[in-house]
Amino acid sequence: MASLALMYLLLILLMLGADAWYGFTSVSGSELVDIFRQESVQHSILLTLFTCTVTAILSILVAVPTGYLLSRYQFPGKLLIDAILDMPIVLPPLVVGLSLLLLFNKFPTDTTSFEDLLNKVGIKVTFNVLAIILAQFSVACAFAVRTMRNTFDQISPRTEQVAQTLGCNRCGAFFRVVIPEAWRGISTAGTLAWTRAMGEFGPILVFAGAIPRKTEVLSSTVYLEISTGSLETAVVVSLMMVTIAVIVLVAVRMWDRGSQGGLYHD
Amino acid sequence: MIKLENLTVRAGGFRIENISFEIPTGSYGVLMGRTGSGKTTILEAICGLKQVLSGSICLMDREVTRKPPGERGIGFVPQDGSLFTTKTIRKHLAFGPTVHGWKSGDIVERVEELADDLGISHLLDRKPHGLSGGERQRVALGRALAVRPGVLCLDEPLSALDEETHGELIDLLKKVTVEHQVTVLHITHSPREAEQVGDLLFRIEEGKVIEVRANPVG
Repeated sequence: MASLALMYLLLILLMLGADAWYGFTSVSGSELVDIFRQESVQHSILLTLFTCTVTAILSILVAVPTGYLLSRYQFPGKLLIDAILDMPIVLPPLVVGLSLLLLFNKFPTDTTSFEDLLNKVGIKVTFNVLAIILAQFSVACAFAVRTMRNTFDQISPRTEQVAQTLGCNRCGAFFRVVIPEAWRGISTAGTLAWTRAMGEFGPILVFAGAIPRKTEVLSSTVYLEISTGSLETAVVVSLMMVTIAVIVLVAVRMWDRGSQGGLYHD
Repeated sequence: MIKLENLTVRAGGFRIENISFEIPTGSYGVLMGRTGSGKTTILEAICGLKQVLSGSICLMDREVTRKPPGERGIGFVPQDGSLFTTKTIRKHLAFGPTVHGWKSGDIVERVEELADDLGISHLLDRKPHGLSGGERQRVALGRALAVRPGVLCLDEPLSALDEETHGELIDLLKKVTVEHQVTVLHITHSPREAEQVGDLLFRIEEGKVIEVRANPVG
């Protein structure tokens, strides 16, 4: 069993190692500086950080109550709703993008679509930054919901009931007792949503496009650079994404540990 | 006083009907019964955690059948203590008074007083992780008593303790409940435990609660 786990770990490390090896042997220091000086790359980095952060926040806002409802309550159609919430995880990413494109531009008709209605109040979604966030959110939120449901499943409802007998209403018990107990799960769900959003590509390409300095995020930069034969830039951007993901994961873990406060502090 | 009249409660597919019994003010009542007989369901109904289909619950001369748990004036100690894993013991004892809007000076005083009574002063600044079963139950008891409830509901509070700790907690329960002048309903499946603590012993059999006897020992 350990050897199978080791093989998988080795595969991941070898993939990352191959990227790093190619990057270090093919890109000189001055070329690296040139890549980072490209306005499109800089824009892509900032846009990625912005959209991923918005997506993670939105995902948490939706995932916490949804996960709580699924964990604590029984209601008709719960199994079906549970399955629907998992759909974005199992659907091919391009299908998610295509569905969003059709929903906003062809539903219910070409001339009375959501996009048309929103355009009338000055909001543009398709092939704009909002489309990136929606595409990322559609998939990332499903992972966050699953994480939050598992988190709430592991917290005994008894603690909330005790809080209620001590004078809290249901809402008070939720915020005073459940949220602090679920904090680690919330930070995991947020991190997962953030990193998942950064890795999202298919739905973004279909729904938001990859317009340089407008809707180009790091994952689309990698795609565009590969398409134009610039493997060096693609590898450098890929390594940057790996580095950002590692920094985010480690930072959240460290902050999470600090906020738990060990055995003696709140 | 705890008074149940013709109480019918449903918990999932389970239903207990026409339960009636009374524990006078200041008395220590023990409800015994087999596992699955509905003891905890009755306790949860008294605490306001289970919906009552019919009948009434009076606590300290107040009809509370439809009142939310926080307005019933009860303290609840669950089987495993159900401590808040992220809060220090001090915060546990201060939880109820804080929710009830006590002044901070009164909260500090109450926490010190309870910690002293329950022998947990040395634990105040730590969290529940790693506490022994006996320590956990002392904390849960302190948390439940903090807002000076008229009624204390104990759901098999001693079932997971070793023999020595069990004896210590029995003595503590008797002492604390007398000192704090609460009316107690204690659920257990152990007749020996019931004999040791209870003034009044009840047994639930085939969906009916019968008073076994007033216990001269308890």
